[in-house]
Amino acid sequence: MKLPNNYNSVGYRRFFSLFLVIFALFGNKFSLSAQHNEKVLSNDNETISEMVEDELHKVEHKYNAAEVIAAHISDAHDWHFLTLGHTHLTLPLPVIIYSKEKGLDMFMSNKFKAAEGTEAHGHNATLYHNGYVLYNGKIFIGESTQHIETDLKGAVTNLATVTDISITKNVASMFVGLLVLTLVFISVANAYKKTGSKIAPKGLQSFMEPLILFVRDDIAKPNLGNKADKFLPYLLTIFFFILINNILGLLPGAANVTGNIAVTFLLAFLTLIITAINGNKTYWGHIFNPPGVPKWLFPIMIPVELMGIFTKPFALMIRLFANITAGHIIMLSIIGLIFMFSNNGTEIGTGFGVSLGALPLAIFLYCLELLVVFIQAYIFTMLTALFIGQAVEDHHHPVEEASH
Amino acid sequence: MLLNNLLLDISSYGPLGAGIGAGLVAIGVGLGIGKIGAGAVESIARQPEVSGDIRTTAIILAAFIEGVALFGAVICFLAMGA
Repeated sequence: MKLPNNYNSVGYRRFFSLFLVIFALFGNKFSLSAQHNEKVLSNDNETISEMVEDELHKVEHKYNAAEVIAAHISDAHDWHFLTLGHTHLTLPLPVIIYSKEKGLDMFMSNKFKAAEGTEAHGHNATLYHNGYVLYNGKIFIGESTQHIETDLKGAVTNLATVTDISITKNVASMFVGLLVLTLVFISVANAYKKTGSKIAPKGLQSFMEPLILFVRDDIAKPNLGNKADKFLPYLLTIFFFILINNILGLLPGAANVTGNIAVTFLLAFLTLIITAINGNKTYWGHIFNPPGVPKWLFPIMIPVELMGIFTKPFALMIRLFANITAGHIIMLSIIGLIFMFSNNGTEIGTGFGVSLGALPLAIFLYCLELLVVFIQAYIFTMLTALFIGQAVEDHHHPVEEASH
Repeated sequence: MLLNNLLLDISSYGPLGAGIGAGLVAIGVGLGIGKIGAGAVESIARQPEVSGDIRTTAIILAAFIEGVALFGAVICFLAMGA
């Protein structure tokens, strides 16, 4: 369309951003709730009961940040994707529990219902099914008529526990990640089998090859030297497992797999096992007989060295867990600000105004989290290679030459 | 006098300790990573051709320090409940 010659001096384009700012600042006068509007416009005819109802309406809709964040970070027996108004889009998952009293039991998680006559509300509602109680995310044996007693810390004292081996949200998400990994790597391996390694790779191969060579040349070879090939499968597995689960955790509605301390504990435990099994005489000699240390310091040095075997994987575990969980909490808090200011969707003007500031910040932090995902996978693999390298390295002359 | 009243009014010191602890952790991380950044930038200025190596080393060291900081953050999180 042809713009008029003096369109700059017309002014409506220039003031568009000003109108936007005014809407953002005073927009809390516009709300989706008709009751709220009536309160603003007609204060004189308001009765006491209407005011009370209005306040109750506000309290019901109040956004509870801690609850929402806890619901997203922690594990659950079903996979809740989103809530539109009052409908929940949830994927029920199988619950598999074993107890001495009732044996092995398996059922889908949507069989868990609230006690008769009551309604389940909230994420951690107490649900019952067939003699089992789901209280605060844990399953116990109990009837809906029983009263649940907890001690000061919130642990249940009067109900029997069960061995819970269900497919929870984290396990299901891990299965999705494993499926992706299997498909990708089997297709890459088949491509290599067909064309060999002398021809330039194309397609998915050309995306995975730099990553695999990076793990081999920059992580395995400098730390493990000539024994790199023996441990390369384990290092590659760890690197890609952490990477794919971190990336999947960034998607909306995803489960927080690597931010679950049980998962990172197991990864660190595997590193500990591999280091301990492959430690040669030099390694254990250094622990029980630290070189260059006078004999009278041994009662202090040996316990310290023994503890050092455990603190290194412990640090690995905490580092990965805390980085990923902290990233998720930050993202949820910033997006949650929009919900908090707009009173859970009832005051859209304020919500829009807050989103003008919150969304760019969220995008920036998302990019930062993407960087953290790669860095954490790299650091975990590199430290694992370092520890294994320390365990299998050959005996060095006490006077060491400068490396690199 | 005011501080005395404030401390007497608080029913549980858990969240107070957690907040102060998290702030101290943030200060520690800021100092540590700031020193790494200063050293890295200075070294790149002195010898630009090894900037790739220096960048990788700086990122690794920053990840270590962040690991320790998140140790502290996890303890603060645990302290909030008490």
